[in-house]
Order: sequence, then structure tokens, then C-alpha cells
Amino acid sequence: MILLQGVAKRYSGGQTALRDVTLRIERGEFALLTGASGAGKSTLLKLIAAIERPTAGSVVVSGQNLGNLSRRAIPYLRRNLGLVFQDHKLLYDRTVFENVVLPLRVAGFDGREAAGRVRAALDKVGLLNRERANPVALSGGEQQRVCIARAIVHRPAILLADEPTANLDAAYAREIVSLFHAFHQVGVTLLVSTHDVTTFAPLAPRIVELRAGTITE
Amino acid sequence: MRTFLAQHGLAARDAIARFGGQIIPSTFNVIVIGVALALPLSLYVAMKNLGAVTMPMDAQPQLTLFMEPEATGEDAEVIGKRLAKHAAVGAQRFVSRDQALENLKRSPGMSELIGDLGHNPLPDAWIVSARDHDPAALEALRAEAAKWPRVDLAQLDTAWARKLDSAVQVGRAIALLVAGLLAFALAAVTFNTIRLQILTRREEIEVSKLIGATDGFIRRPFLYFGVIQGIGGGLLACTLVGLAAWGLNVQLGATLLSFAPGGALLGLETKETMTVLFAAGSLGCLGAWLSVTQHLWRIG
Repeated sequence: MILLQGVAKRYSGGQTALRDVTLRIERGEFALLTGASGAGKSTLLKLIAAIERPTAGSVVVSGQNLGNLSRRAIPYLRRNLGLVFQDHKLLYDRTVFENVVLPLRVAGFDGREAAGRVRAALDKVGLLNRERANPVALSGGEQQRVCIARAIVHRPAILLADEPTANLDAAYAREIVSLFHAFHQVGVTLLVSTHDVTTFAPLAPRIVELRAGTITE
Repeated sequence: MRTFLAQHGLAARDAIARFGGQIIPSTFNVIVIGVALALPLSLYVAMKNLGAVTMPMDAQPQLTLFMEPEATGEDAEVIGKRLAKHAAVGAQRFVSRDQALENLKRSPGMSELIGDLGHNPLPDAWIVSARDHDPAALEALRAEAAKWPRVDLAQLDTAWARKLDSAVQVGRAIALLVAGLLAFALAAVTFNTIRLQILTRREEIEVSKLIGATDGFIRRPFLYFGVIQGIGGGLLACTLVGLAAWGLNVQLGATLLSFAPGGALLGLETKETMTVLFAAGSLGCLGAWLSVTQHLWRIG
């Protein structure tokens, strides 16, 4: 499902984020990506989502080698992914509903079906009654849940989450862990970066540790 | 197809909402574009009117063929037949030297002068009006007739018409040039407006890209915005020119009757208005496209 081979990433500033990463994640797997800050967790997720390009090695997602992917093909790759960002990346000039519907608009779903799916996603994250709220009015945990709803509304096969429980207190973090557990059970492949392994421990995930740009499992 | 239409509908609605949401800056942009377009447009209309003034007068320009003084009546007849057969000739009239003298004698003070002369110094002449009133055709006919035997001089009395016509041509060329320049300005104004909009919507564009929006999807609402702004400016320009023509008609009133063919200045026809709106819309679209595309390339 996700295959990285000999991947290195060096940023134009000269900073090396990943050195030589080889990693295989199977369909339906739940993997935790851990490591200290700056170990390259975010970079690895960005490579899988084609937000960054590797300096060396190859990244294959759902059978597609991202190195051969044209600029025009990248949007279609991303539509098969759900992305959860540490900083949510919500749009504060519109409602929760309008934030969550965005991936469906992009994919060309029409109004009624899109609305149904948005409500299903919001229901799943427990925010159905907040669809008209502005994200600013929500707590950090609620905002993170809106971000998750937006990541799953188009039912992606792969969910990539970058520190989804950072900045959240333990109760919110547990909610999010149980959400991920539910996605895992319906067959979604999950790759979650976190430095908070204990919160996810109840799900017994596979743990992939990044240290100084390489993997130690 | 339905998805395609739905996406365009959404983009258009988004653009309209954004236009309405920033109604004051949007209005000012439309004014800038409108006034800029009104300039070449009014020049164009002015040239159209001048062209219309010269058109009916072109019916009068005449070519006069003066025979050599020693040419006989038969010589003149030969030329007359030649003229009658010539395709470019519309009508011809012979003025004999005696007739010309009679005409001259009728002018006050001239009869005594001519009486003193003792002989008739005037030549026979053919007065020709061309079938085609285009100055170039007349000139060609003149040049040809001047070389005919026993024709002393072929003279066009349309020098002024030619000058006016070339002035109109120059005016049209200037209008075209100014239109070209201001079309560029229109695209530039749109480019800048869209650039500012992109800056305020950077996050939205970034997020859209992250969740799989194509460049086309991101570009679309901006293109609609550019088109709306361009057409708005075009409408304003047409309105301004129409108002100017109407105002001049009211103010000049009867004076115009003697010049303009219909007794009134011509404004813009529906077809011309449509062309202006189409061009303005396209230019707005172009400016927006350049702006968004440039931005999309920059953010990778």
C-alpha cells in the first residue's frame, strides 16, 4: 500500500530530514510513526502525500510511484488520502460544514450527496450539532475533530495524521484515538505520527521509530 | 457533465459572492476598466461618424479630363467612347469649350475680360463621376485617363476628401493602438486585483491543494471574477460612449442635421456592444488566468 525505498530528503537549506528510509506499510495496517522532534516524521508524511519530493529513493503509494507522477496527477493521488494536520489547517472564514465539504467539492460531488456525507462525517466525530459554527468558536479538540472529519469525508483508503493529539488534553486525545480505532476497523490504512505512544497503546499498533532520519523498528 | 456544470456553477456563485462582498473596491476596478475602455471606444465612434460624413460626399467627387487646346471635337468623341466603355466610370458629361466660355461669361465681370481676349482659351472637357467612390479607385482612373491621347490634364477634385479619408484612417489606427494598449491595461488591472485576492485567500488555496484540488478547480472562481469585472467595465464603457453620443446629439441638435447622415451621431450598434463585452470579458479572464497560474507555479 505504502512503500518507501532508500528514501532521503535534504531540504534546500542543506538540512537533512531523512537519510535512508525503507518502510513498507500494508493495506489496513495501523502504524505509529514516533521519534523526537526533528526526527523527520512530518517530512515522511509529506513525502507520502507528495507535498515534498524525495532527494533520493522512491515512494510508492497504492501502486503509484510518486517519482513518475506529473504535477497534474498529484491532486488525484491526494483524493485517495485523508490528511490530518497538527495545526488543523481549517478555514476560519467559513462554517464547520463548509470546511468539511471541501474535499467533496474538489472531487465534484453534487450538493445533496455531499451534504449527506458531511453530516455522516461530522456525526462520526461527534460534531453534528456544530455544523453551522465557525471553527474559531470551537475548542482545540473540536477543531482537530473537524480536521479529521474533513480528512475522512471522502472515504479515503489511507489516513495520514501528523501529531493529531498534540496540544490536546488527555480526554480529547482519547476521543481521537478511539476515532482512529474505528477507522482502522473499517479497513482504512493509518499512518499516524506522534511522540505520545502511550495514548495509542490500547490499539496495539505497529510502531515505527525514526531516529536521526533513519528507521529503527 | 453534470459535475462539470455543478463545479462551474459553484465557481461562478463564489465569484459573484466575492464581487458583492467587496463591492466598493470591485466598483472602483470596474470604473477604472470602464473609463480606460471608453477612451478608444469613443475614438472609434468618432471615426465611425467622420467616415459616415465623408461617405455621401464621396458621391460628388469628380474627375475632369481637359483635352489639349488643339484637340478637335472628334478627339473628344474618341475619349467619350472610351469613357463610356470603361468599367470604373459611372457617369460622364461633355462640356465643350464654347459651353465653358458661355458659363464663364455668366460670371459677373468676366464677360468684358473675355471679350478683350479675342479667342477662346478654354479646352473641351469631360466631367466624369466614378462608379466606385473609393478614393483609391478614383485615383487609379485618373492616372489611367491622364495617359490617353490628346488628354492634357486629368484632375480630381477630391483631394480634400482623400485627406479627410486618410485622417479617418489614421484616427482608426490610433483608436486601434489605444485599444490595444488599454486592453493590456485591462488585463493588468485584473491581474493585480486577482493577485490581491489570492493573497487574502492563500490559506484556502493551500488547503484546497492539500485535499486534492486541481489547478483548474482553484483557478475557476478567479477566472469568473475576472470575466465579471471585465464585462462590468465593458458595460460601463459602452454606457459612457452611448451617453456621450446622446448628449452631443441633444446639444448640437439641428447643427448635426447638415452633417450626419441620419441627422444624429451614430452610437454603438448591438453587435459592436457585444464585441466590446466579449473582448472585455476575455481580457479579464486572461488577466485572471495569468495571475492565478503564476501564483500556482510559485507555490509548486
